[in-house]
Amino acid sequence: MIQINQLVKKYSSRQGTIIAIDNVSLNILQGAIYGIIGLSGAGKSTLVRCLNLLEKPTSGQVVVAGQDLTKLSNRELRQARQNIGMIFQHFYLLQSRTVAENIAFPLEIAGVPKKEISIRVKELLHLVGLEDKSSAYPAQLSGGQKQRVGIARALATKPQVLLCDEATSALDPQTTLSILNLLRDINQKLGLTIVMITHEMKVVKEICTDVAVIHEARIVENGPVESVFIKPQSDIARQFISTVFPNELPADLLKELSTHRDSEIVRIQFLGSRASDPIITDLLRTCDVRANILYGSIDHLRSTLFGTLTLELLGNPAQLKEAHRYLASRELKVEVIQHAL
Amino acid sequence: MPFDSSLLFQVTFWADLLRLIIPATGETLYMVAASTVFAYLLGLPLGIILVVTSPGHIMPNPWVERTLGTLVNILRSAPFIILLVALIPFTKSVVGTSIGTTAAIVPLVISAAPFVARVVESSLKEVPYGVIEAALSMGASPKQIIQKVLLPEAKASLILGVAITTISVIGYTAMAGTVGGGGLGDLAIQYGYSRFRTDIMIVTVVILVVIVQIIQSLGTALARKLTH
Ligand SMILES: Nc1ncnc2c1ncn2[C@@H]1O[C@H](COP(=O)(O)OP(=O)(O)OP(=O)(O)O)[C@@H](O)[C@H]1O
Ligand SMILES: [Mg+2]
Repeated sequence: MIQINQLVKKYSSRQGTIIAIDNVSLNILQGAIYGIIGLSGAGKSTLVRCLNLLEKPTSGQVVVAGQDLTKLSNRELRQARQNIGMIFQHFYLLQSRTVAENIAFPLEIAGVPKKEISIRVKELLHLVGLEDKSSAYPAQLSGGQKQRVGIARALATKPQVLLCDEATSALDPQTTLSILNLLRDINQKLGLTIVMITHEMKVVKEICTDVAVIHEARIVENGPVESVFIKPQSDIARQFISTVFPNELPADLLKELSTHRDSEIVRIQFLGSRASDPIITDLLRTCDVRANILYGSIDHLRSTLFGTLTLELLGNPAQLKEAHRYLASRELKVEVIQHAL
Repeated sequence: MPFDSSLLFQVTFWADLLRLIIPATGETLYMVAASTVFAYLLGLPLGIILVVTSPGHIMPNPWVERTLGTLVNILRSAPFIILLVALIPFTKSVVGTSIGTTAAIVPLVISAAPFVARVVESSLKEVPYGVIEAALSMGASPKQIIQKVLLPEAKASLILGVAITTISVIGYTAMAGTVGGGGLGDLAIQYGYSRFRTDIMIVTVVILVVIVQIIQSLGTALARKLTH
């Protein structure tokens, strides 16, 4: 649905040139909820703003629904933008219009007849659950309600793509979840392709199907959420993952454990149905090792289970080797954190 | 029955005063209203152009912005009394005469229009750029952004600007009056100052204060009503 090819965006000023996007290529499939995560200043907003040409790329291509946006005339670009909705961290609603009038705005822009507008606005109010607020003004709404209006407004012209720039960053955790659920529903109901810019791994964990990690203007890794969570390639990705699945053992504990003979520390990660298997019991029954559970967590990665278990395995080298063989046979990802002495 | 001369004096005094004050007030209101309307006809588009052509806005154009900005600054820095005289030939060619209330409107408009442009510019700049970008992201054209975003979103602030402009035009009409423009300013100078009619001076000032108060209150009330 969206192809980004060798995108470069530079900002020139008297102080010099800043490269905000450095040769980024991405392919975002129809129906994906594609997360783009990075630290502040990494270039996330610049990247997403290049996707509807609010920011004009210095070079490279942005192809949305088969159209290279960088090649369009102003008029064609305006037309193309009606197929790309966008929501913002600070909502940017029109203060002088009611909720219903805000939602009607993009339809007026598109020249939709009045009668159709009022029907469509009703549908959208229903979709985002704000039927009772239709004649309220934005100043009378909570942050979560404002973002719902933002979403309804962005979807008014039935776009195929929805861009979200930190759409939940101004909201509390509870409201964030309700907005994310709404976005997931819309993604499923309408088959909409969503691009989610965020600095919170929690958002990615909650709803994204794919993720790209952007660091200092470059994409350092990307792929389906499960594979990035299981096998992160970069330190920055590992750091982001540890914010939602903390798995660092306290240093003093590691030090104490390092004096144990015939013991190693392993981290086992499991996904989906594996998460509900009785792994430990099977491990102990099959192999002649003992296990000491140091840390465990289980949580959802979107709708699949994702678990981490940190164990101290006790046994002689042959027994430990046997344990590894067993774990590998169960298709579990095993990482040795501390080897046996 | 003794004749009450003081009563007669009072009646003639007030009749005399009203005979002078009423038409002068009418002239002032006419000058103020007409000047403000024409000043907005020129100044509003000018203010809009100054905003949309500024760097990073919807139609950045440094050349247009700088040229218009300089023109506005020059007109604004010319003292009104000089403009009044300098524009006499121009006024003559526009309204056929350089004396009288209608003639006074020409220099009033020329001096108020650049002021209006700046007042409008500052109101429109209060609209957060994010709101404009949101409209751009929906495919709005520059014309739609001006009509459906900039002006409606800045409505309350624009109304306050109209009140400010009208009030400052009232001040200038008093000056225009001194060169034969008529109105309350003219009256105050001719009778109050030149003929030592302190009473007329006081009455004109009171009327001007009342007009200013009414306009400001109307502006504030309307702006509040438009703020959601
Ligand atoms: N209009 C601009 N002019 C000059 N430099 C800019 C501009 N916009 C962004 N930058 C620079 O580009 C880089 C990337 O900025 P960007 O806003 O994309 O970061 P971000 O990842 O969205 O950060 P945040 O999480 O803080 O929003 C930064 O170094 C920023 O200073
Ligand atoms: Mg940003």
